[in-house]
Amino acid sequence: MTLRRGVSVDIRSDNGNEWVHVDDRDQPPRRGFPAGLWRTLEEHPPPGLSRIRWRSPLRGPWLTSVFASALLVVLPIVIVTGLLSYIAYGPKFGQAIPGDVGWLKLPSFDWPSTPSWLYRLNQGLHVGLGLIMVPLVLAKLWSVIPRLFTWPPARSLASVLERISLLMIVGGVLFEIVTGVLNIQYDYIFGFSFYTAHYFGAWVFIAGFVSHVAIKLPKMIRSLRSRSFVAELRTSREDTVPEPLDEDGLVAPDPDPPTLSRRGILAVVGGGALLVAVLTAGQTIGGWTRQFAILLPRGRSYGDGPNDFQVNRTAASARIDPGLTGDRWRLQLLGGPGPVVLDRAALAAMPQHTVDLPIACVEGWSTVETWTGVRLADLAAAAGRPVPGSAVVSSLERFGAFNRARLQRNQVLNPDALLAFRVNGAELSPDHGYPARIIVPALPGVHCTKWVASIEFRES
Amino acid sequence: MSAFRRLYGDHVLHLIVLVAALALGAYTVSVLGVDQLFNPRVWWQSIAVWFAVAVIGHDLILFPLYALVEWLLPKGRRRTDTDTSRRVPIVNYLRLPTLATALTFAMFLPGIIEQGAFTYHAATGLTQEPYLSRWLLLVAGFYLISAVCYLVRSITTRTRPAHPTTR
Repeated sequence: MTLRRGVSVDIRSDNGNEWVHVDDRDQPPRRGFPAGLWRTLEEHPPPGLSRIRWRSPLRGPWLTSVFASALLVVLPIVIVTGLLSYIAYGPKFGQAIPGDVGWLKLPSFDWPSTPSWLYRLNQGLHVGLGLIMVPLVLAKLWSVIPRLFTWPPARSLASVLERISLLMIVGGVLFEIVTGVLNIQYDYIFGFSFYTAHYFGAWVFIAGFVSHVAIKLPKMIRSLRSRSFVAELRTSREDTVPEPLDEDGLVAPDPDPPTLSRRGILAVVGGGALLVAVLTAGQTIGGWTRQFAILLPRGRSYGDGPNDFQVNRTAASARIDPGLTGDRWRLQLLGGPGPVVLDRAALAAMPQHTVDLPIACVEGWSTVETWTGVRLADLAAAAGRPVPGSAVVSSLERFGAFNRARLQRNQVLNPDALLAFRVNGAELSPDHGYPARIIVPALPGVHCTKWVASIEFRES
Repeated sequence: MSAFRRLYGDHVLHLIVLVAALALGAYTVSVLGVDQLFNPRVWWQSIAVWFAVAVIGHDLILFPLYALVEWLLPKGRRRTDTDTSRRVPIVNYLRLPTLATALTFAMFLPGIIEQGAFTYHAATGLTQEPYLSRWLLLVAGFYLISAVCYLVRSITTRTRPAHPTTR
C-alpha cells in the first residue's frame, strides 16, 4: 500500500496499542509548473506499483540519517585523499593519469617527501575507508529504496532535477566502488582505463554528493533530532516500533513485525564494516595484521627471506633481460657537463645509507622495509648538477606505462631518497628491481622505478 | 508562497545548487569526451554502460535478489503467540551469516572465481588459487559461529525462568 497525499489513514503501529493518525487533507498536493503534466503523471501510475508493500518496520528518516551522517564523515575523506593521490603522481610533469582533466583537480603543488608515511596514509585511508564504507553505502541505499517507487516520481521541475542528481550520486558511488574493488584485485574485466574511469566517475559523484548534502543536510539534522540515539541503543527488538509516517514515504505504513531492533540493524551494518576492515586493513598496516587480509592479493607471503614483501610487477612480466642486469649493468647519470657512467664497484664505493621506508601503492597496500643504497643527492652531485630541478629515472624495462618517472627537486634532495641496491641486508631480488631501484619517502610506489638504467638530472 | 516556488516547486537556492551540480557533471563528461564513454568494439566494456548498470545496480538488481532471499527466511508468524517469547527466533542466525557470505563474495569475487588471472600473475608473480578455499572456510566459519550462538542462546533462554513483561 502506498501512502497518497490527500488521504486520511489510520495505521495500527506494531505494538498494537498505538494508533498513528495521518491526515494531510488540509495540505492538497502542491504541483509546480506545468501542473497539468504532473497531475496526468500522478493519475497514471504503472500497474502493480500500488501492490508493493514495504515490509521493514525499521526504515525511516531517523535511520536513514544515521547512515547518512556516518557517510558524511567517511566520504569527504575518501574524496579528498583520492584527489590528493592525483597530485602525488605529479600533474606538473604530465605524470598524473588521466592527463587532461581541465579544471577537475585540486590546485597543483609539489607533493611533500616528508613525512615518509604520507602517501601510505593517504592511500590507506582512500582504499581502506572506501572498502569499509561498502556495507554503509548498501545500507543507505536499502533504507531509501521506497523513494524509487513512490508515485508520482515528481510533482515539479525541482523534483525532476533532484532525481537526476540522485542518478549521479547513486551511479557515481557504485561505479567508484566497483571499479576500485576490481582494480585492487587486478581484475580489468571492465576493459576501459581504470584511472580515467575512476577519476572522472569521481567528479560525477562529487557533483551529485555535494548538491545532495546541501539540499538534505537540514532534513538530516532534523531527523537525527527526532529520536534519541541513546534511547535507541536501549530499545530491544520487542519494544521497537516504526518511526512516525513521514512525507517522503520511507516509513512503511503496514510493516511486518520487527525481527531486528534499530540498535540491531546498526550493529549489523557496523559489524559488516568491521568485518571488511579486518579482512582488508592488514594490507596497509602490515606486520602481524597482514595475515588477516586472506582474500586480498596483498595479504600473502612470498616465503621467508629479506625479499619477502609485495611485488607489483615481476621481472618476467616487465621482460627484463637478465643479461643486462649482471656484470654488464651500468648506471648512466645525465644532465651534467657530460654523461657519467658508474659500474657496481664505483657505486659500492660511494657512501651507503640505510633507512626504513614504506613503499605504498595507489591500490592501498603498503609495507615498510629497510633499504640500503646511495643517496640520490650524492648521485646528482656525481653527475655534476648538485641541485637539480627534477630528475628523470629510466628503467631497463622497455615497454610499460611506468618504465620512467620524473622526481621533483624535494624528492631528489631528500636525504632518505635512495637508489637502493639492498633490502633488509640482502641484494634486491629480480622482482624487486635488481640491481637497483628508486626508493623515495612518500612517493607513490609506481614511481619508485625498478631495474634503473639511467637518471637524468634536469635544470627545471 | 512566492511565484518562483509555485512554478519551480522549491526554493531558488535549490535550483542554483542543482544547476551547478548538473553543470559540473556535464563538464566532467565534456572533459572526458563523449566518445570515451563508449567502446565501439565491445559494447559492454564502455564507461557509460558500467555507469548505467551502477545506477540500477542496487535498486533493480541487488535489492530484488536480497529481498527474495529475505522473503525465504523463516520469520515465524505475526505476533499472536505469547509463547514465542521463550523461543529464540532463528531468522537473524540465518540472516547474519548469509549477509556476511554475500558481502565477502561480492567484494572479493575476482580472487574467488580467479578472474583477471593474467594481470594478477603479472603483478604479483602468484596465482589466485588459494582464495576459493579460504573464502569457503570463512563462510563455514560464519555459519558455524552463528549456529553456536543460536544454540547457546536457545539453551539460556529455555533454562531462564520466564518472567512476565511488565511494560
